[in-house]
Amino acid sequence: MAKLILSLDGVVLREIKLDRDTTRIGRKPFNELQIDNLAVSGEHARLSLIGGDAFLEDLDSTNGTSINGQPIQRQMLKDEDSIEIGKYKLKYLSEAGLATGRPQPDDLDKTMVIRADSLRPMPPSDAKAPDTVMELPAAKPAAAPSPAATPAPAAPSHSASADLKPAAIKVLTGGNAGKSLDLVKNLTSLGKPGVQVAIITRRPTAYFLTHVEGPSRPLINGRQIGVQAEALNDHDVIELAGVKMEFFYK
Amino acid sequence: MSQLVNALEIVGLTDPGMVRGHNEDAIDFDPAAGLVILADGMGGYNAGEVASGIATTLLSQGIKAALEVMPPHLPETMSQKPAAHRILRLEIEKANLAIFQTAQSQPQCAGMGTTLVTALFYDNRLTVAHVGDSRLYRLRDGLLQTLTRDHSLLQEQLDSGLITPEEARQSHNKNLVTRAVGIDPQLEPELNDYDVALGDLYLFCSDGLNDMVDDEDIAAVLNQLNTHLPEAAQQLIQMANDNGGRDNVSVVLVRINRKFAAQRGLWSRLLGRLGR
Repeated sequence: MAKLILSLDGVVLREIKLDRDTTRIGRKPFNELQIDNLAVSGEHARLSLIGGDAFLEDLDSTNGTSINGQPIQRQMLKDEDSIEIGKYKLKYLSEAGLATGRPQPDDLDKTMVIRADSLRPMPPSDAKAPDTVMELPAAKPAAAPSPAATPAPAAPSHSASADLKPAAIKVLTGGNAGKSLDLVKNLTSLGKPGVQVAIITRRPTAYFLTHVEGPSRPLINGRQIGVQAEALNDHDVIELAGVKMEFFYK
Repeated sequence: MSQLVNALEIVGLTDPGMVRGHNEDAIDFDPAAGLVILADGMGGYNAGEVASGIATTLLSQGIKAALEVMPPHLPETMSQKPAAHRILRLEIEKANLAIFQTAQSQPQCAGMGTTLVTALFYDNRLTVAHVGDSRLYRLRDGLLQTLTRDHSLLQEQLDSGLITPEEARQSHNKNLVTRAVGIDPQLEPELNDYDVALGDLYLFCSDGLNDMVDDEDIAAVLNQLNTHLPEAAQQLIQMANDNGGRDNVSVVLVRINRKFAAQRGLWSRLLGRLGR
């Protein structure tokens, strides 16, 4: 279950389990999280859970609410966000983060049906997130097969090639000899449409050359490549549509 | 019918991804019928692939049989909508009931269901029906556009302004769909019509693609490999897997190489029948 850790000047005061649909934060006693300090408004902020996400909303408080130093009106919380209310800090620890350390459990990716009428408070439960928000008309489906053998994958970076060194190709022969082209995109196509076309794809481990069009496949260092993509090594010479070019890491 | 074979170039690929042991996606397509079906199954053990398998098999058979007796472009007397609507609704209803009843009667299939995106191409247009978060994109004049709107909690939150697109990317609710085939005895699929232009490229995909690969990168691949569909499909799946491949990933690409207006006159219809 997700939770908040309330602290003042680095001293932890309380730990609040987020076991209900909404958690009100403020100075008055009816708040689920009461902070008895004059800098805190009577009804200061509200935290709502929707599915596996938590949203924090400032309730027009006098002194405002910030997340990681930025004043907010309403914002979705990310794991380990720091909420600031007056001099108090609230650290948000998401359920996904708590379950397995930081990477998310694989089950969170499983597609499931949620029915419109089931968007109600999550029942208090120590079960994994997907089970608690799921509502199916028939019997509860059998538990998803445990991916025990599979290590939890890191969140997708959407820039899988970020670690790969930048590379370029330099044209060695023909009219464009001497020109070079930085391989900044995930996919760069080379050659002449209708004659011979190949693509260089940037992947996490290396750059790859793949034949796309034309009666013959391109050459790497004088050898014709196969049907599959072939990894390029530093200073490989590619020959395509009668033009030689060199691949190199910068 | 043979007209469609020359007009539509279709390529489909499906892959289990990098994490899952089995593939719960199912695809089917037939250029002669102008039909594409993509389903992403869900449910415990292997029930997900049972659901997506039933959906693609029944829809493929049912729709093709219906097309034999009902030209999809002819307007219905009551609704004035093309017959394609009725064909798709009826066959999706049948598939929904078949999956629902199997789920009820087979304990190991309890709770199974599937998303669906299916389209019929006819008379220079297409009718797309979808349920859940499998998508149809269109690349036209270099621009990529989503033609379907996900039936998902996240999309509802986006629509009502509860969440920004930036927050949506970070959300943990990506996997929650609000409609699926086979979950309830009643189902309301969403149907939309679009005109088709020469050179259009259509991409049907499961969320294993668009959760892993940004729309910008999808557009770049489709633009660069516009005339090389097998390579484009391969590349899209490769990118999803390179970014983690946390779900099954399926793509079907359809390129419009020629126009395909329906034959309207009595004469041409008769000739068309004789020619078959």
